[in-house]
Amino acid sequence: MGDSKLDLLQGTLDLMVLQTLAAMGEQHGYGIARRIEQVSGDEVLLNQGTIYAALVRLQQRGWIDAEWGISDNNRKAKFYSITKRGRKQLQEDAEYWQRLAAVMGRVLEQGIANSE
Amino acid sequence: MFDFVRQGSNRVRAFFRKGALDADLDEEMASHLEMAVEENLRRGMPPEEARRQAMVRFGGVQQAREKQRASRGLPFLDVLGQDVRYTLRTLGRDAGFTVVAVLILALGIGANVAVFSVVNTILLRPLPFANSQQLVWISPPPTKCGLSCATYSSDAYEEFVRYTKSYDGVTGYMAFTGPDNLRLTGRGEPIPATGIEVLSNFFQVLGVQPLMGRSFTPQESRAGAHPVTLLEYTYWKRQFAGDPAIVGREIDLNGTPTTVVGVLPQSFDFGAVFSPGERVDLLTPLDLDKERTWGNILTLAARLKPGVTMGQAQAEANLVVPKLCWGERYPQSCGSYVNKHGTSMLVRTLKDYVSGRLRRSLIVLWSAVGMILLIACVNLSNLLLARAAARSKEFAMRSALGASRGRMVRQLMTESLILSTGGAVVGFGLAWSLVLWLAHQGSLALPLLSTLHIDAQALGWTVLIAFAAAVLFGLMPGLRMATGNLLESLKDSGHGSSAGRKHERVRTALVITEVALACVLLVGAGLLLRSFLKVLDIDLGFEPDHAASIRVEYDDTAPTNEASELKRGEIFQQVIARVSTLPGVEAAGIVDYLPLGPNRAWGTPAPQGKTFPEGALPGPLVYVCTPGYVRAMGMRLHGRDFEWSDGPKSQEVVMINAAAARIYWPGEDAVGKVLMSGKDELHVIGVVDDVHASSVEAEKGSQIYYSAMQNGPNDAQLVIRSRVAPATLAGSVLRALRDLNPNQPAVEFQPIRTIVDRAVSPRRFFMLLVGIFAGLGLLLASLGIYGVIAYGVTRQTQEIGIRMALGATRGRVQRTVLGRTLGMVLLGIAVGTVASFGAARMIASLLFGTEATDPVTYLGMVLLLIVVALLAGYLPARRASRIDPLVALRTN
Repeated sequence: MGDSKLDLLQGTLDLMVLQTLAAMGEQHGYGIARRIEQVSGDEVLLNQGTIYAALVRLQQRGWIDAEWGISDNNRKAKFYSITKRGRKQLQEDAEYWQRLAAVMGRVLEQGIANSE
Repeated sequence: MFDFVRQGSNRVRAFFRKGALDADLDEEMASHLEMAVEENLRRGMPPEEARRQAMVRFGGVQQAREKQRASRGLPFLDVLGQDVRYTLRTLGRDAGFTVVAVLILALGIGANVAVFSVVNTILLRPLPFANSQQLVWISPPPTKCGLSCATYSSDAYEEFVRYTKSYDGVTGYMAFTGPDNLRLTGRGEPIPATGIEVLSNFFQVLGVQPLMGRSFTPQESRAGAHPVTLLEYTYWKRQFAGDPAIVGREIDLNGTPTTVVGVLPQSFDFGAVFSPGERVDLLTPLDLDKERTWGNILTLAARLKPGVTMGQAQAEANLVVPKLCWGERYPQSCGSYVNKHGTSMLVRTLKDYVSGRLRRSLIVLWSAVGMILLIACVNLSNLLLARAAARSKEFAMRSALGASRGRMVRQLMTESLILSTGGAVVGFGLAWSLVLWLAHQGSLALPLLSTLHIDAQALGWTVLIAFAAAVLFGLMPGLRMATGNLLESLKDSGHGSSAGRKHERVRTALVITEVALACVLLVGAGLLLRSFLKVLDIDLGFEPDHAASIRVEYDDTAPTNEASELKRGEIFQQVIARVSTLPGVEAAGIVDYLPLGPNRAWGTPAPQGKTFPEGALPGPLVYVCTPGYVRAMGMRLHGRDFEWSDGPKSQEVVMINAAAARIYWPGEDAVGKVLMSGKDELHVIGVVDDVHASSVEAEKGSQIYYSAMQNGPNDAQLVIRSRVAPATLAGSVLRALRDLNPNQPAVEFQPIRTIVDRAVSPRRFFMLLVGIFAGLGLLLASLGIYGVIAYGVTRQTQEIGIRMALGATRGRVQRTVLGRTLGMVLLGIAVGTVASFGAARMIASLLFGTEATDPVTYLGMVLLLIVVALLAGYLPARRASRIDPLVALRTN
């Protein structure tokens, strides 16, 4: 199970981006992608390019804002930041995931226990 | 909810800013890659490796772009836009096919929209009155005694109003006026006008508000009131140039100053609703007292009270009708409205009265035109299949490159939809012009025809059938193409044998369907044509050709009845003598009612000395005429005609028709016998052959003719028979009449043939339309046959070449191809004939003198189809026989 990376569903990538922005503050697309790679311990299969689809989705729903700016290396880059609505959404989604994970865990534990 | 709206509006905005957003993303991605390369360089990778690793981690750039685009815009629209552009390109390249397809669709859709408008106007749309579903028509069912038995007297009307509680208002109009019954004088030459007398509450009950002015008050319909009139909209526009100050002005009608109290709205057309084929110019109030002793004069219409059902109104009518008296002062006339069948008084919706009898014909017409669209769709399906087969390589390629089946089907459906839209646009234009033309056919006696117009509903119908047609003809080729065998199609030998054969089978099946549908249409049209010819063949009892009639204005006022009759006789004699001197005139006479128009009846004369059981004596239609009329009409007479010496002082003479004679004196010669009408003795001097009095197709009833010098005619129609065309005499006849009476208005000189034509015009109209549709269907079916046979020949070019190389003659090859054509067509005819039997049974009630299984028609249509099919197959057959075996074997 450890060798193959987890394929990300569309909704989960969006959630990860939101969390990253909430934790890191303003960041550009490359930075967000690298951060997700690092935090997930390289267990996530991520084509970095797919982040832009997620970013535009989050933008259209008003959960993040975007602005062109200059990066630390003096490069022109588009910076994203989470909005108040985005924070609220993040909180709701995070709660949902935790509940889901807990329930799935209990159910699967049962299954594993039974099969042993 | 808001989230959805916000997202939606963002997506729409993004759709329109494609270019800017794309550039933005490109910049962003370039920046991303540069930063990735930098980081890799910092880690110590060599530049090429840094770049490569950055690209690998990034993933597919194009894919990232597409994903982002899909997330931000309206991908559905993007795909649609692509498909549409591509389709327009491919259709543009194949211009011939596109034009043919659009034309076929335009014909099918246009015809459908036009017929829909007609059906909508006549059957579906409510009448142009307020709450028209509450309006009812009250009358007995039609009988042989014509209009007189379909109307009520003044007394009966008032009683009806008194005894019934179901209605908010009961109204009616005088049914016995003919066209051009009034003269508009005071402006130079008298101009004829048609006026109808209506009860003063007519417009209130119908719910019609005048456009200007007001409608009548009850006082205005009493004796001695100042004459007033309401003008119809088109008459106001035409005769008075739409003068806005017309209300309150006095106009001269028949020499009497009449005040115009109002103008009716454009939506009100008396003729369109109550007397189709005839134009009414103005309306005047009816004085019930003036006509009280006249007899049955009123038609009845009423508005139901809210909440009252038709069943309740009918039940009430059944109870009331025995109490109605023709004349309150004649108690024996009470109950005279009861007929022995128990259906004395029918209450039906006004809409049903106006257009109910056309329902069948219109439904048949609608079905016929629907069948045309079906044939057109089958034809197009065939054409598209042929086209798709030619593009099979293209589809195989696209499939190999990754296009999903759904995407390809969608692209093909886009093609169908675009063709359909093109056809719908052209078809809508066709329908518009057709409807415009139809609405102006005043001589077509169809109700509400003048209100025919294209409206939003017709547009909606156009869109609907265009869409349905696209799905119908596009789905089959689309599915077939998208599911084709990839490998087979990519091979160089384009016409793979098994795929091609299956393809041809499908197309053949489609053509068989086309032939069957065309067969049904042809049989229907053939039956209607035979019925029409039979109707034309009917012996009308008179000769409509070479005769014309014109209304004569006369004044026979005199102090006594007898003096009046003498004066009248003199006037008529002068007129007839004068007109007879005109060159070419063979005979002339005057009558008060022409056949096939309004009529009236009174009295039940009985043969002298014989007794008849109750109810066995007919109430014959009464005509008052002068000597010479019978000859002028070309009626056949046994006995003698009236003479000018049959005056008020001599014995009263009558002529009766053969039907009456058969009833009064069966098996004997009626000439010389006497009829008793009350105390009067009527001497029968002649028997005329039956004349169709009320309609060309109905049975002939009894008729009796009185002399104009012994009875008062209601009107005076001068009938002239001439050797030359009657139209050439119009001017001289009018001048002769004017010479004798300067008050003679310039009325129309109407050929009798026109009257007959108008009477059969609805039947002719339907027959023509169904005939045109059948012709169209035949054309389309033959095109389909040609297409399939030609395709088959092309597909089998090699095989035919081999055959000819092995010794088959040209004739043999031709016969084979024609044989295949015939086989296909015969199968279609077999299916079509079975379907025709069913269809014919449904139109049986529309036929006249023709059985639904008329063998001549079926045989004729079958032969026609076979001949047309052979013609269609002839060209490909010839081409097949001309195949050069060497060439055929060389090509692939």
